[in-house]
Amino acid sequence: MIDFVGKKKWFFLLSALVIIIAITSLAAFKLRPGVDFTGGTSMTLRFTPQVEQEQLRQEFTNLGHPEAIVQMSGGDFLVRLKEISPQERESLTEGLETSLGSEIIARDYNTISASIAANTARNAGIAVMIAAVAMLFYIAWAFRRMPKPFRWGACAIIALVHDVLIVMGIFSILGRMANVEVSAMFITGLLAVVGYSINNTVVAFDRIRENMVKGINSDFAVTVNSSLLETLARSLNTSLTTLCVILALFLFGGSTIHLFVAVLLVGLLSGTYSSLFIAGPLMVTWEKGEWGQLFSWVPFGKKPV
Amino acid sequence: MTRKNFSLLIFILILFGFALWSIVPFNTKLLGPDGLRLGLDLKGGSQLLYEADLSKKSSSITDEEAMAAVIMKIQRRVNEYGVAEPMIQKEGTDRILVQLPGIKDISRAINLIGETGMLYFAEQEFDEDGNPVFKDEPAKAINKDGNEEELTGKYLKRAWQDLGAYNEPLVRFEWDSEGAHLFEQITERNLHKQLAILVDEKVISAPVVQAIISDSGQITGSFTLDEVEDLVTQLNSGALDVPLALIDQRDVDATLGADSVRKSILAAEIGLILLLLFMFLYYRLPGLVACVSLGIYGIVLLAIFKLFHANLTLTLPGIAAAILSLGMAVDANILIFERVKEELRDGRTLGAAVEAGFNRAWPAIRDSNITTFIACIILFWLGGTFGAFMVRGFALTLFIGVALSMFTAIVVTRTFLRFIVNTRLVVNPTAYGVKT
Repeated sequence: MIDFVGKKKWFFLLSALVIIIAITSLAAFKLRPGVDFTGGTSMTLRFTPQVEQEQLRQEFTNLGHPEAIVQMSGGDFLVRLKEISPQERESLTEGLETSLGSEIIARDYNTISASIAANTARNAGIAVMIAAVAMLFYIAWAFRRMPKPFRWGACAIIALVHDVLIVMGIFSILGRMANVEVSAMFITGLLAVVGYSINNTVVAFDRIRENMVKGINSDFAVTVNSSLLETLARSLNTSLTTLCVILALFLFGGSTIHLFVAVLLVGLLSGTYSSLFIAGPLMVTWEKGEWGQLFSWVPFGKKPV
Repeated sequence: MTRKNFSLLIFILILFGFALWSIVPFNTKLLGPDGLRLGLDLKGGSQLLYEADLSKKSSSITDEEAMAAVIMKIQRRVNEYGVAEPMIQKEGTDRILVQLPGIKDISRAINLIGETGMLYFAEQEFDEDGNPVFKDEPAKAINKDGNEEELTGKYLKRAWQDLGAYNEPLVRFEWDSEGAHLFEQITERNLHKQLAILVDEKVISAPVVQAIISDSGQITGSFTLDEVEDLVTQLNSGALDVPLALIDQRDVDATLGADSVRKSILAAEIGLILLLLFMFLYYRLPGLVACVSLGIYGIVLLAIFKLFHANLTLTLPGIAAAILSLGMAVDANILIFERVKEELRDGRTLGAAVEAGFNRAWPAIRDSNITTFIACIILFWLGGTFGAFMVRGFALTLFIGVALSMFTAIVVTRTFLRFIVNTRLVVNPTAYGVKT
């Protein structure tokens, strides 16, 4: 039998490392806000001969504006992008004309404000936090026949925070390294990650609960470990099937939803991982009061007892 | 086969038939004008450009403050109108760009957004020929601090629509305490005289004041129901600080780009086929049953969005929720099948294994889905209060999707499997994915 729980310190170490990097990156670089949040420049362009929408979007990316939102209106293109100076504007339109081999015959530039109030993201965050507290209470209630039901709720929420932090951290790093910006889509994706994470953890916990009632082993660590192994097939299959859809969207979907799908992808991986290797093992650590050892097991520290 | 199972089977088939009937033929019924209502991000809509006349703003606020206030009020009006996730931006210094998803009555939306919704009263006076005319300025009175103040819509506590004695639509309103104080003086001064009620500088009606009133009143006129509804929205959102003029109106495609949306739909179809293939290859017969019930899930979900298209707009957050709830529907099926396999391996008979599988999987499905429901309710409620409307769209779709996924797994899959087991259509355990 594979011993997941026995190796929990490695899982914790891995997660701790990733989360420390995530938090550091979030603190240092934050997330790079997109046009939705910052506002910028809007332009109305008309080309002769007419160009393809996808082509134009690609050229904006090539010319250093992957954030450009290209909307069609009749024969015109309405483009919204980061705020640019009149000089940048000139070089940008010249660049478009040469690379597309088409002349811009009508243009109109304006500065535009943010389309999403800055506090929307914050408010969404507050809503999620309140929802997390409510979920904690429900899980505690659902596991009320178990010893110390609040621990179950708390561990599920820790796994949730783990997943959200990892997704945010990765996009903060991507923002720094690859100029990836977060838009309203990012918030949407995060909400889905929250739902996925909590769902997965509750299913894993259910198996532990069932095995506790059955009394398969007096050792909590063994009970948790066999429960995780029993749900392994289900966990992997659920993730794989969801992955089918998300991966297909990522590979074949339109370029404009890439960011959104990427959030789902990272969240799916992290959510599967945390429901197996973080939430359950954390319960064991808590049960056994091994918090003190959490630091002694650092590889270069002293050996655990 | 039990009677109960048989009636459930009939019920499922009727439900499926009805759902299918409501969305087929695909292009004209599901995607036609009365089909799914898709949001700005997926389908586009209308773009309206308004120009504000900043010379008319009150001198106590800056241009930026006036514009910010106008944008906030427009936001409130649009939300009140029931438009999902509009885009409202300031363009340049004095223009406002509004993008709305496709709505039927665009001219109504234009008036609702662009009219100031300024309410005031005008007293009667006599011109040099002795004819009664209404004064050109809002009626004033002395406020509680002893200053002369115009009585306008800003003192309204709330306005609501109602029907009068002859079933004519009218607007009722209630003043706040300062407004009541001013209104009392004005009605007292004009007792048995005509007092004009003006909205957007147009005289709506000019009733004769019958009694001194303070805290409430009503506006009657030859209104249609829509007009009353819009006026109430405008009064409750507050009058715009500056008048707006519509300077451009055009149709726009999806903010995500129509081409990109088309590609993504194709990608989602590929993903779904892969998913169904996986389910079938891994779980064999139950997997095939799951594919059928997931198909029913998809059709019913589409039918719900079509039937309630007046209230449900599908946007990207909705798609995210749909993918998540699809994942949960698959998950519920997988949970059940894994349990059935375990029971079969423990040597139970097929019938007993299917029953035990469902019963054992139920607590996990119940608890994980209720947890999701709780999150949905809170996100829906707070999303509305906080004005984070995409959160709201996500929560609503997820709630519907998860409820439906629970129904799919617990009722549809179970009924089909029971049917197959009880009628002894397939009894070979290999078909259930267990090696013998």
